[in-house]
Parts: sequence; C-alpha cells; structure tokens
Amino acid sequence: MFSIEATSLHHQALNERIRAGERELTVENVLGQRFIAAGMSDKRIDIHGTPGNALGAYLDGAVINVFGNAQDAVGDTMNAGQINVFGNIGDAPGYAMRGGRIYVKGDAGYRAGIHMKAYRDHIPVLMIGGKTGSFLGEYQAGGIIVVLGLADDDRDIVGNFPCTGMHGGRMFLRSSCERIRFPHQVTARPASPEDMNAVTEHIRTFCDIFGYDAEWVLDADFTVITPDSKNPYQQMYVAN
Amino acid sequence: MPINYILPEFEVERSDYRCIRCRVCERQCANGVHRYDPDGDVMLSDESRCVDCQRCVCLCPTRALKIKHNDGALRENANWKQNTILEIYKQANTGGVLLSSMGNPEPFPVYWDKILVNASQVTNPSIDPLREPMETRVFLGKKPHDIRRDSAGNLVTELPPQIELELPVMFSAMSYGSISYNAHKSLATAAEQLGICYNTGEGGLHEDFYPYGKNTIVQVASGRFGVYKDYLEAGAAIEIKMGQGAKPGIGGHLPGTKVGADVSKTRMIPQGSDAISPAPHHDIYSIEDLRQLVFSLKEATEYKKPVIVKVAAVHNIAAIASGIARSGADIIAIDGFRGGTGAAPTRIRDNVGIPIELALAAVDKRLRDEGIRQNVSLVVGGSVRSASDVIKAVALGADACYIASAALLALGCHLCRTCQSGKCNWGIATQDPELVRRLNPEVGKERLVNLLTAWKHEIKEMMGLMGINSIEALRGNRLMLRGVGLNEKELEILGISHAGE
Repeated sequence: MFSIEATSLHHQALNERIRAGERELTVENVLGQRFIAAGMSDKRIDIHGTPGNALGAYLDGAVINVFGNAQDAVGDTMNAGQINVFGNIGDAPGYAMRGGRIYVKGDAGYRAGIHMKAYRDHIPVLMIGGKTGSFLGEYQAGGIIVVLGLADDDRDIVGNFPCTGMHGGRMFLRSSCERIRFPHQVTARPASPEDMNAVTEHIRTFCDIFGYDAEWVLDADFTVITPDSKNPYQQMYVAN
Repeated sequence: MPINYILPEFEVERSDYRCIRCRVCERQCANGVHRYDPDGDVMLSDESRCVDCQRCVCLCPTRALKIKHNDGALRENANWKQNTILEIYKQANTGGVLLSSMGNPEPFPVYWDKILVNASQVTNPSIDPLREPMETRVFLGKKPHDIRRDSAGNLVTELPPQIELELPVMFSAMSYGSISYNAHKSLATAAEQLGICYNTGEGGLHEDFYPYGKNTIVQVASGRFGVYKDYLEAGAAIEIKMGQGAKPGIGGHLPGTKVGADVSKTRMIPQGSDAISPAPHHDIYSIEDLRQLVFSLKEATEYKKPVIVKVAAVHNIAAIASGIARSGADIIAIDGFRGGTGAAPTRIRDNVGIPIELALAAVDKRLRDEGIRQNVSLVVGGSVRSASDVIKAVALGADACYIASAALLALGCHLCRTCQSGKCNWGIATQDPELVRRLNPEVGKERLVNLLTAWKHEIKEMMGLMGINSIEALRGNRLMLRGVGLNEKELEILGISHAGE
C-alpha cells in the first residue's frame, strides 16, 4: 500500500503528500501533526501513531483509521465520511459535525459531540466505546451520540452536565444512568426497542471494527435522552 | 385585557381632507396599524402597533400621512427617562429579556464627528481627482516584512493570498435569515459590480449566490452553520466570527420561526429548529486555539484564502489584536459598539464594548509598536456612515471599512429598529415572501452601487485636497487629522493633535 513516512513532516507538507498520494494510503509514525485530511473527500487513510488536533476537520467523505490515540477536535465540522479511532480521543470530537461517523474504541474527553447537527438525510453518529468527560452533547442540535461505557471501572459513563442546551437529536447511554443528572429541558428514559432501532446497526458496525461481541454489548440497559423542545429559548425575550 | 402601561410611541396623523380611502397604507403595513371602517367610511389607526418605519408615509399617493412621536408623554425626569420607564413596564409585563435591533442609539460620543481632516494650502499642492489618476484600490492580507530576491537577483513577488478591493469599503456580515434573499442578492450583485466584497454572515451561502464567490466573504461562527468544504472554497476569504460589536461576548440566536425551508437549506439545519450560535467557540480558549481554527481552515482550502478574524471592540482590544496578529490570521476585523444587529439584548447592545475609533487607533499603534502591523490588514466597522468616516478610519490606520447599516439604509431601511419582529415592511429584515418581494434586487443593487460610487468620488476628492493620490499613502497618516472638543486622554489614544496645534 502507498505509504507516507510522517517523521518530522510539517502538517502542511504532510497534507500535500496525502492529497498527492494514492486513494488508499498509510501514514506511518505520525506524531502530533494537526489537521490531517482536513476537508478531504476521496481518500482512505490508515494512520499509525498519534495524530494531532483537528484530525479530519471539515471531512467531506474520506475514511480514516487511527491505530492509536487521537487528540482534540477530531472531525470538527465534519460533513461526511468516517473516522475510526482504535484508542482514546481528546476533547470536543465531532464539534458541529452534520454528517458521517466517528467511532472511538476508548474514552473521549470533554465536550464530545458539542453542537452536533443533522441535515436532511445526513444524520451524524458519534459513538464512544469507553466513557466520556463532562459537557457531553452540549447544544446538541441533531444526530446521534452513543456512549457504550465498555470500560471495566467504577467511573460514571459521562462526567458532569451532559446535554446542556440540547435542542435536537438523540443521545444513547449504555447505562441506567441512575447517578447522572440531566438538565430540565431534556427527557431521559429507558430506551425502547423502537428507540434502539436507530442505533443497533451502528453498534454492530462498531463491534465489527473493534472486535466486540455485539450481542453482549446490546444486552444491557440503554438510556435515551431527547430534548423537550427544538425552540428552547422561545419565551425569553420581549421586543424593545 | 389587563392594562399593560405601554404608551404608543408614535402617533399617526392622517389628513382626512387628503385621504382617498385607497387603503394602500392598510395593505402595506405588516404590523397592522391601519384599518378601514366601512360604516363610517374612514381609515382608523392602531398606533400601539406602529414602529415608525415610514412605509405608509412613503407609499401614500396623496401624502395624507405623517408619523410623529407621541407627545402624550410620561412624567419623565433626568434620571427616569420615558424609555427607561417603559422598559420596566415591558419586563414587568412579560418577564422577558429586552431585545433590540440595529446599532446602539444612546448618546455616546461619536469620535468621527470630533475629528477634522487637513487640506493642502500653498506649500504642497492639492490634487484634482478629475484630472489626475487617484488610486483607491486596496489589497487585504499579510504583507511581507522585507524585500526578497531569488538567487538570480530577481524580486520574489509571491504574496500570501489577498483580497482585492476597488475601494476600501466592504459590506459587513449579515446572515441570510436575519435579512432576506433579495437583500442578499442586492448585496452580492452590487459587490460584484463595485469590485468589493459582501459577507455571508453566519447563515451559510444560498446556492444561487455561489457565482458571486470572488466577491464573497464566507463566515465561520461558533454554530458553524452551513460550513462545509464547498462553502469554504466558494469565497474570496474566510472570516472567523469571534464577536460582534452589538453583542460582544454573547452568541446569536435565530428563532425557529425564521428557519423556513430555504434558510434551513442554507444553514444546513432542520426546518423550524432554533439556530443557536453559542457565545464562545467551544474549542477556542486561547490564541493557540484560535491559531488551530485559522490553520484548520487554511489546510482545508490549501492556503489559497486569506483568513479574517472578526472581534468586537472591547477594553483590551489592542492586546487581543496583537494575539490575533500572531495567530496566523491574515486580516483582523474589529466591530465597534455602535455596530448594528438583527437582534441583540438591549442591555448588551447599549452597554458593552467601546467606540471603534478608539479601538482602531489603539490597535494600529500597538501592532506598529510591536513591529507586526504588516502581519495583518485591519478592517473596521461598527458605524461607518459616510465617505468622510472612511477617510478618517484609513488615516487612523484602517486598511478598509465594513458597512452594514449604511448599506441597508441604501436598500430602503428607515432605521425603525424592529428587525427582531421579522415584519420588515421594506423587505429587508424579513423572511415573509410577501414582504421580501417589496425589495427589488435590481433596484437594490443600483442603489448600493450609487451609494458607493458617490463615496468613491468623495474619497478621491478628500484624498486630493490632502495632496494624496493613493489611499495607501493615507493609511495611518494621523497627521492629516485633528481633534475638536476632545480631552488630552482621548487625543492621546487617537494619536492625533488638537485642532489649532
């Protein structure tokens, strides 16, 4: 396979080589280079090492596998494509993404899926295999966020203040969420089989990619969170 | 209905002698002020709905109408003005946050009006712009620090990407959503004809306007509405909106009622859903983070577009601008506290931020002192109202100005300041198809072109009288300015002398 050696390459040079390279390619020894594959559409990129911030920003159809951890702002404003991270991921993955998929085997940091959107037939999916930090799905306006919590420890599945300002989309947490406090403008309830229809296929794909037993993952309590209104601020103002 | 204590702000004065009961006023008023009573064959008015937009006055064929301030006033005093009292009533009635439109109307100093321009007399001749070539063209973007030559001794003329403008004025950001399709079309077509740029605001770019890309600045705000690869590549430059003069430090909010099919398509969000731009960019907490957004945009567009960072003029603006100039941005846009808005909380619009004149002078000086002025171009807005404001801004150090309220006035806006209602009778700040139709984009374009063609003439004349034949030679030329009625501190910040000195 076409391979790029990333050692001591600046991000601009690395992206130039990726653009100029073959459709399917491997990048070796990535060490913190930012903006990899920004805006790219017709590539299939395997990344070995640790890509820097804003991996796949504005991604427009490319498929990226990261065999390692990724840092902050993965898939910022992503439009289409897929990013699979075989490790953990930093803060704000999927910021304002409106299409495509981000699958993360491990944990995510703060503000995952913040201001995620949806548009016509674009329903973005952010799926975190482990657990996430605080502010999960803040301002969520569309799309699907799933956190599976497949980590064997006693941390809660999400940190503090999930769903603050949520006004669209759905969130699924593989937990009964007894200890999680949600804001008043959302409803959290046990996911019904109809609810699960929206995510079962994605979870199966996720399990295929990362080598989990899908039946085992699905055989658990899921909580679905939806906003009560898509116009949360309607009553706040008086014309002056 | 319980009494609400709200006095009608305006009075409709109708000359019964002139009125022919044609009911044009009734059809033209989206606020429902006018009504025909067939029993008495008389036109009636509900003044409580009137916003003084002057639509009925302008269209009344017999000039039978006048809108006047209601002189039946509350017993106000120097502390409790009528408006202050009415605002209390409105909040007590509803529990709502006061929401206003357009720029800060309060009587803060307008420094443009306290600055006078020099002219050549005797010792250096003025230039006649009708006879001599005058250059008003400007290029916005990073400029090189020094002259470079290649190994053969030839000049290296490669520059980072630039925006080319035929005169140092652009239409500033107004989103599709806050203003109408026809207003956007007027701005886009006028910008093309004038050789300048207009700005999409944070509402995305309507598919019909992609052909005007080279005259378009596309905006990326915290909500990232409509932002995707093709959008980023469509424009002449990309503007990151960090702040807006009318509402520094807070986000934007387009109510779901204004997100119809077309706006939803352009913003790439579901129809009827609120379009919320969070107050901060949730991935920006430092200059380093800003740098990350700047470079992610540059990477996505292969370094072919200048990146503008727009901020509101606030207290430490010089330090903020210094940071932005080091972030990799090519252009800094600063929006003063008198800048307009389609809707902002009244308290914020009227009390937050600083005047653009002081911000500009402070930023230009700071960047020069630090030797990084050429890293960025400076664009200023936040109430630039005339060609002389442009001249003064350039002399204070601006590369170009952003205008929005002035452009809307050219399109027919009468500054009634009720954009937030969505019922603009002039077809500008509305999405109601019946109202939008009232603004003919052909006429709109022509009026905008007229306005800026006139400004260009005035700019040339003012340059000529100073003995300057290129706008570049005016930039930062503060010796051309004198203050009147300003105190020493104000003069120090503006970096100008007092008239007579």
